Amino acid sequence: MTHSCLICHAPYHPIVTWQHVLTLKNLDILCEKCRRSFLFISGEMCESCGRPFQHLDSSYRQGPVCTDCIRWQEDDDWKDVLTKNRSVYLYNDFMKEVVSLWKFRGDYAIVKAFEEDFSREFFRHFDDTFLIAPIPLSTERLYERGFNQAKALAELLNLPIHDILTRHHHEKQSKKSRRERLQTENVFQLAEPISLANQRIVLIDDIYTTGTTLRHAAKVLLEADAASVSSFTLARG
Amino acid sequence: MRFILENNRLIPEPLAKVQGKEAMPISCFEHLPSFPVHPHFSFSTELLSFLEGKQLLLDELPFPIELIHAHYEQGYVMYKKGITKTTKGYRCERCGNEEAHLFASFFCSRCQQPCPYCRKCITMGRVSACTPLIVSCIPVRGQMYDDALHWHGTLSSGQQSAAEAVVQAIEHNDQLLVWAVCGAGKTEVLFPGIHRALQLGKRVCIATPRTDVVLELAPRFKQVFPHLPVIALYGGSEDRGKTAPLVISTTHQLLRFYKAFDVMIIDEVDAFPYSVEPMLQYAAEKARKEPSSVIYLTATPNRQWQQDVKEGKRKAVTIPARYHGFPLPVPTFEWCGNWRKAVKKQSLPRNVLAWIHDRLVGGKQAFLFVPHIELLEKIVAILKKLNSNIEGVHAEDPARKEKVAAFRKGELPLLVTTTILERGVTVPNIDVAVLGAEDRIFTEGALVQIAGRVGRSAQYPSGDVRFFHYGKTKEMMAAKQHIEKMNKEAAKRGLLKTK
Repeated sequence: MTHSCLICHAPYHPIVTWQHVLTLKNLDILCEKCRRSFLFISGEMCESCGRPFQHLDSSYRQGPVCTDCIRWQEDDDWKDVLTKNRSVYLYNDFMKEVVSLWKFRGDYAIVKAFEEDFSREFFRHFDDTFLIAPIPLSTERLYERGFNQAKALAELLNLPIHDILTRHHHEKQSKKSRRERLQTENVFQLAEPISLANQRIVLIDDIYTTGTTLRHAAKVLLEADAASVSSFTLARG
Repeated sequence: MRFILENNRLIPEPLAKVQGKEAMPISCFEHLPSFPVHPHFSFSTELLSFLEGKQLLLDELPFPIELIHAHYEQGYVMYKKGITKTTKGYRCERCGNEEAHLFASFFCSRCQQPCPYCRKCITMGRVSACTPLIVSCIPVRGQMYDDALHWHGTLSSGQQSAAEAVVQAIEHNDQLLVWAVCGAGKTEVLFPGIHRALQLGKRVCIATPRTDVVLELAPRFKQVFPHLPVIALYGGSEDRGKTAPLVISTTHQLLRFYKAFDVMIIDEVDAFPYSVEPMLQYAAEKARKEPSSVIYLTATPNRQWQQDVKEGKRKAVTIPARYHGFPLPVPTFEWCGNWRKAVKKQSLPRNVLAWIHDRLVGGKQAFLFVPHIELLEKIVAILKKLNSNIEGVHAEDPARKEKVAAFRKGELPLLVTTTILERGVTVPNIDVAVLGAEDRIFTEGALVQIAGRVGRSAQYPSGDVRFFHYGKTKEMMAAKQHIEKMNKEAAKRGLLKTK
């Protein structure tokens, strides 16, 4: 039977293997070409932020850690705020296009394409004892988009989701430099005053670019006594 | 956004004064009330001119909801449902999509409930069950331009009779197909008709499936209508949000229009994606006023249309001769055996290689059309051994523009291409060959267009058109007959130069 690819809408024949027949594994909702264009982060990576070392100039690396993470660790305000980050895909041109269609154009259904990989990779690095907290959008941005992409990702995990954070409205992050981003006040707050004592938390977001957003959110959680805060994102910029 | 129905009026939720009434997505209301135009309302010219002839989302309107809503209450603006329910499922009112697999649903932060949306036209902004389409109730009025046309060229006699038919169709809000051979000069054929339309205060749109054609046509029209506002619309165009008496647009951008044009000219009506995409045909239909004229232009109408013309069911005018008056080069067929097998062995059939060799030695540039991208890459690799300047282009090639430009400058002796270059590219003095002309992708239309690349300039009006094949197809025969028929008709009507 001919299907139509969830992303490119081209007709295709899904590949059926013995695995599909024997284990009820779902047939791919993407054509082979789109599926192959998602590249996993694999091989050596920064043990802190999950940045792949492949194709990275060696001057950006010191042993097991990248120089960005060293910079974070050298800053007393940000040292150890984020325990670690892991991401599923490389943020390549294809991924940028897909994310833009999904998040900015608002084609919510695309989230389905990430489901299997996102869930499998999550459980490679974390487990169900972690508390899942999606990075929130501001009320204004949420209205504009219609849905929160981080929450849509968190829902793929089939674990309880904790909306413990809220976010102020600010101008778009992407228009600022790293320094500007660091200096801005924290846009996150606790949704309600609670104690997170002994809780290990995983923040869920779509892209890890500089890690500033995630660290701002993590800081708020640590101030509420969280034991640790890590993050898991769909792509690593 | 949700609405509240109060005293038979829709009120956007944020503007509702009475609390407690149930707010609902617009698609949930059975009947959408609208009001007669209040003549003494001091309307916003900016808003109405922005909305003129359009059908837009609230997100596309840079005006506060209070202002938009005031215009609704005074009868100047209408709210329409973006998505309607049908017996089978849903229908997108902007793009006409009704295919179940092109709708999806999400829990919407705007209406606080599961909200179906259209995936088909999502790149133009999301239309969902809680999305109102905003439409102006004021009919589009044109301005009269008496002598907008500043063009001093002359039309060939074939062009002249077609141009007269176009004028007639525009005056009588009629339908017309202009079937003009490749190189007939169909753009000029439009000048008198558009001139007449502007005199009558009609709004004109020239729509084409392809952005590069918009970019090519816009400066041309700006030049011959120098004092007329002309805008060009395509994805990312700066003219977005403007209106003008003459609009040159991709068929895609017509999705934002509504009852806007008195004259709709659709260029390359048989070209991809317009020909296979009902959404674009719906968009073009919706953008037309009632009544209005529609002019279709093409060198290669599909078989159904050819049949309709033959039976007199479709009004048509043909221009069977090129503007320079020389006949169209007729393709010759040449059997080349199992060329796919040869390609697998890193080689090409002997006669194909000989043809290419002759062009390289003779210094005459040529296009070689091949059926698919994968084959193209292999063939280019083979030919690069003959001459390293040989290049290949296909739809997804990022260097496509650069390579075509280099070919135009004469820097490349041979360009191997997929059907992507079958239209629009005109380079003087070239030959053309098709390898694998029997492939399904080479339809009659594609082959006629490909043959139409040759002999375009008056200086070099002839050239070789060779179809290398592994078995003749009906499409190949039809293409040849099509070309010969045009030449015959041109001769009969005395449109060809006599030696």
